[in-house]
Parts: sequence; structure tokens; C-alpha cells
Amino acid sequence: MTRTVTAWLQAAPLTLVLLCFLLAPIAMIVVVSFWGATEYSIYPAFQFDNYAYLFGSEVTYRVFLATFRYAAITWALTLAIGFTVAYFLAFHVRSQSVQIALFLLCTIPFWTSNIIRMISWIPFLGRNGIANQTLIDWGLIEQPLEWLLYSDFSVILAFVHLYTLFMVVPIFNTMMRIDPALIEAARDAGATGYQTLRHVIVPLTKPGIMIGTIFVVTLVMGDFITVRFMSGSQRANVGRLISNDIGLLQYPSAAATAVVLLITVLMVIGILLRFVNIRKEL
Amino acid sequence: MEKRPLSFYILAAFFGLFVLFLYGPTLTIGILSFQGPQGGLTFPMNGVSTYWFHDLFREQAVGDIWGAFRRSFGLGLMVMVTTVVVSVLAGLAFRKRFAGSALVFYAAITSLVIPSILISLGVGLIFNQLGLKVHWATSGFGAQLTWTLPFGLLIMFAVFNRFDKSYEEAARDQGATAWQTIRHVVLPIIAPSLIGVALFGFTLSYDEFARTLLTAGSYNTLPLEIFGMTTNVTTPVIYALGTLTTAFSLAIIAVFLLAVWVLGKRRARHGSDAGRGV
Repeated sequence: MTRTVTAWLQAAPLTLVLLCFLLAPIAMIVVVSFWGATEYSIYPAFQFDNYAYLFGSEVTYRVFLATFRYAAITWALTLAIGFTVAYFLAFHVRSQSVQIALFLLCTIPFWTSNIIRMISWIPFLGRNGIANQTLIDWGLIEQPLEWLLYSDFSVILAFVHLYTLFMVVPIFNTMMRIDPALIEAARDAGATGYQTLRHVIVPLTKPGIMIGTIFVVTLVMGDFITVRFMSGSQRANVGRLISNDIGLLQYPSAAATAVVLLITVLMVIGILLRFVNIRKEL
Repeated sequence: MEKRPLSFYILAAFFGLFVLFLYGPTLTIGILSFQGPQGGLTFPMNGVSTYWFHDLFREQAVGDIWGAFRRSFGLGLMVMVTTVVVSVLAGLAFRKRFAGSALVFYAAITSLVIPSILISLGVGLIFNQLGLKVHWATSGFGAQLTWTLPFGLLIMFAVFNRFDKSYEEAARDQGATAWQTIRHVVLPIIAPSLIGVALFGFTLSYDEFARTLLTAGSYNTLPLEIFGMTTNVTTPVIYALGTLTTAFSLAIIAVFLLAVWVLGKRRARHGSDAGRGV
């Protein structure tokens, strides 16, 4: 009995923070999504106007579709890059200290500012940026490419740049836990390198891939700042829809969009969690 | 040692390109922040100077970035300490089965995957409706904890999954109380991981943008200040600021990694008395 009480006391601070700053805000958003708004204030009500407007607008569907598209493309790219990098680190680097050093090299940017990392693409991608200058010098193009910055290209480039780490770390983690004897057995049984990769390593790495997928998909779907900054406000996703409404003080409308976004994200996560037991995989 | 296959060299080249992709842009703005006074936002370099760094110290050139830096630093320390303490306690709790543990766990996962702008919006709305003023040290602090605590908790899970329970049993067999076991056995063993949790707590808070956006109130944290600058500053001064904050982040990371390394060395020196007799 005292064990349970101790456990509850130990879990209490976390629970309290989550109640006050996660669950209460979600509840508040759900409540406010039924409220009404004038140009400068919001008032309590119980009306479905916000949802009716949201689902009645063609823009909503377009923006949700765009959001899914960003998530899908970013997911495919981060998975391909992240898997390759993790595979190299886990199976091709032989010395453990080199392995740790290279792994840290990959993770350090995670602990620096995302906004600065976005800003740092500007000298590369701008009209007179490094990329265009180089391509012109090489004679590959004559006019600077306009679509490098402030386009879907730059948005996805930034997503991949910011979030590939979230694939590398969990995939590397699961790869390191694969018993080397299994790989040796595959080789003894005559498997080629590719067959070992395809039939031994990939299936055993699935939990890591799932965790990475959860991170990348939720980060991209909930993003508003990368899309705004890297597209020069010319592209939209759901997060920007919400932040625009907030900017116009239309909190109930922002809340309704937020509720729909949250349900969408949780559904995606719910599906992904069926494939992996997070607590076991850490 | 067997000869390396061709795939090694291909993958190594890929890895090298990836690292270049990760660090290239940051290095570029590092170089460009030393533009001459007439230099622009991209190459060519128009002379080399520290003009833009000096520019940062002139109050009117940019907003209140030093105040913003002080606030971000203070908030980072607050979040760091809270994250370490709360995560360790929760980690200990989750080792025992308690009613409701699954609920708390799923709440923590939700906290990790929820779009940040929802936290910002929800916390902002609650404070408004309760008639409280949003402030970085209250609403901003709480909002950031929803981002750092799940990371802390997941690290604690990873730590305790690998924790050898026989150390605790040995302590208990020798008559240690529950508190003594934690204080003298568990905490020293997990100390290096706690430095990791602290690193997450500080840096995630120091760089957090979305969850602080509507919860920081009238005094900006550094990321908010920097973002504000991106809309109206068109000189390399923003690169100078970016270079400085990145250098600061790297220094912080170095301090934490050094701490882990020193701890490991000390442990190697003091840890084992095998073969020395009693």
C-alpha cells in the first residue's frame, strides 16, 4: 500500500504539470471552439458556427491536403536519409569511440536554435545566393532559379534539415540493439549484404522507424513557423491557418481548427502506436 | 581486419554529405556575419570586419536582445532544474506499477506529439479568461515544461530499463532505508543520464519558439526576439546574432558533454576496488 502511495506522490508533479498546461489548455480550446467572436473580443456561447464555417470552406480541405503532402514528402526523405545514416553508423563504423563521436556530430544541431538554422538557408537559396551563383558559374543555368527560396522546395528542404535527426536517433538506437549473431547467421547461411539488410535488419529496425515516423509526422503536421518563414508566407498549412486566426484575434475560429488538427494528429499517432510499444523500445 | 567493402565508401561519402548538409548553412552565416560594413546578406564578402557584432551592442539597432537573452537564460535554468527533478521522480514512480500510470504515460506522449501552437493557444486563453497576465516565468515556463518533461521521462525510461536492480537489493540487504538507497545508490549510478536530461531541459527551453509565442507576454524570450528581427532586419546583424547564439549553444553543449566525461573518468578512478582486498 505505501508503495502505491509513494508512487503516486512521485508521479504527482508530472501529473500536475500535464493537468495544468496540457489537459486544461486542450479542454479550454475545445470549449472556446464553440464560442463566438466579434472583431476585438470573444464571448461564451454554444454554437457550431466555427465548425460550420471551417468545414464549409474549400480552403480548409486544400490546406489539410497540403499539410498531409508536406508530412508525406518529408517523411519519405527523412526516412531514406535517416536510415542510411544510422545504418552507416551502426554497421560500418567499427570503433566505438568513433561511433559515439559521429553520432554526437549528428545530434548536436538538435540542441541549437531552429530559427537560426532556418535563417541560415537564406544566403544559400536566395536569388543571388550560393546555389544560384554556383550553377551559373558552372554554366548549368543562365537565369537564377526563382523556386529555390520561398517555395515548397525550400519548405521541405528546411523540414528535412531540421527533422532528419528525429529519424537517425531512434533508428540508430534500435540497430545497436540487434544481436550481431543474427547478422553473422544470415551471412553464414549465404545471404548477400542486400539480403541481410532486406530480411534481417529492416524488419528488426521497424520499431525505431515507427518512433522516428511519429516524431517527424507530428512535428511537420503541427508546424506553422517553418512553412511561414521558408515560403515567405506564400504557402499555407493547418498551423498557419490557426496562427493567422490568432493574429486576427479570432480565437474561437482558431480553436475549432486546432481541435480538428489535434484529432487528425492523434488519429495518425493512434494508428502508428499500434505497430510499436514505445516503453519497451527505449 | 577484413577489407572494407565498396558499400562502406559509398555510405561514408553519403554520411559526409549529410554532415555538410547539417552544418554547411550554419557555417555560412558564421562566415557572413564577419561581412564588412557595406556587405549584404549573401556572398561576395565585402571586406572582413566585426562591424555587425559591434552593431548588436548598440541598443537602437536591434530590439532589446540582451534583456531577451537574460530572460531566455533564466527561463532555461528554471526549466532545466524542474525537468530534472520532476522527470527523476516520475521515472521512479513508473518503476512501480501504480493505478493510473497508463493514463499519465499517454498524457506525456500526447504532450510530446501535440502541435505546439495548441499549447500556446490553450494556455494563453486560460490565462486571459482567468484575468491573469501571461508572463514568460509563469505561463511561458509551464508551456515549455510540456515539451521538456516528456523528453526527460523517456530518457528516464531508457535509464531504468537498463538499471541493474541487484544494486538496490544489496543496499537494502545491508539495511539501507528507501531514501538512503535512492540517495547513495540509485542517484549516483544514474547521474550521467541526469546531465543528459538537464541538457535537454536547458537547450529545448532556450530555443523554444512555438510554445512560448502566446505565453511569454510583453517581454520576449530570445527566439521570439530573433523571429521578430527576421521580418524587419535586412542586414548581416541578424547573422551576427545567429552566430553568437549558436556559439553560446555549442558552449553549453560542450560544458554538459565535458561534465559527463569528467564524471565517467572519476568513476573509473574511484569506482572499482576489485582485487585490492578489504
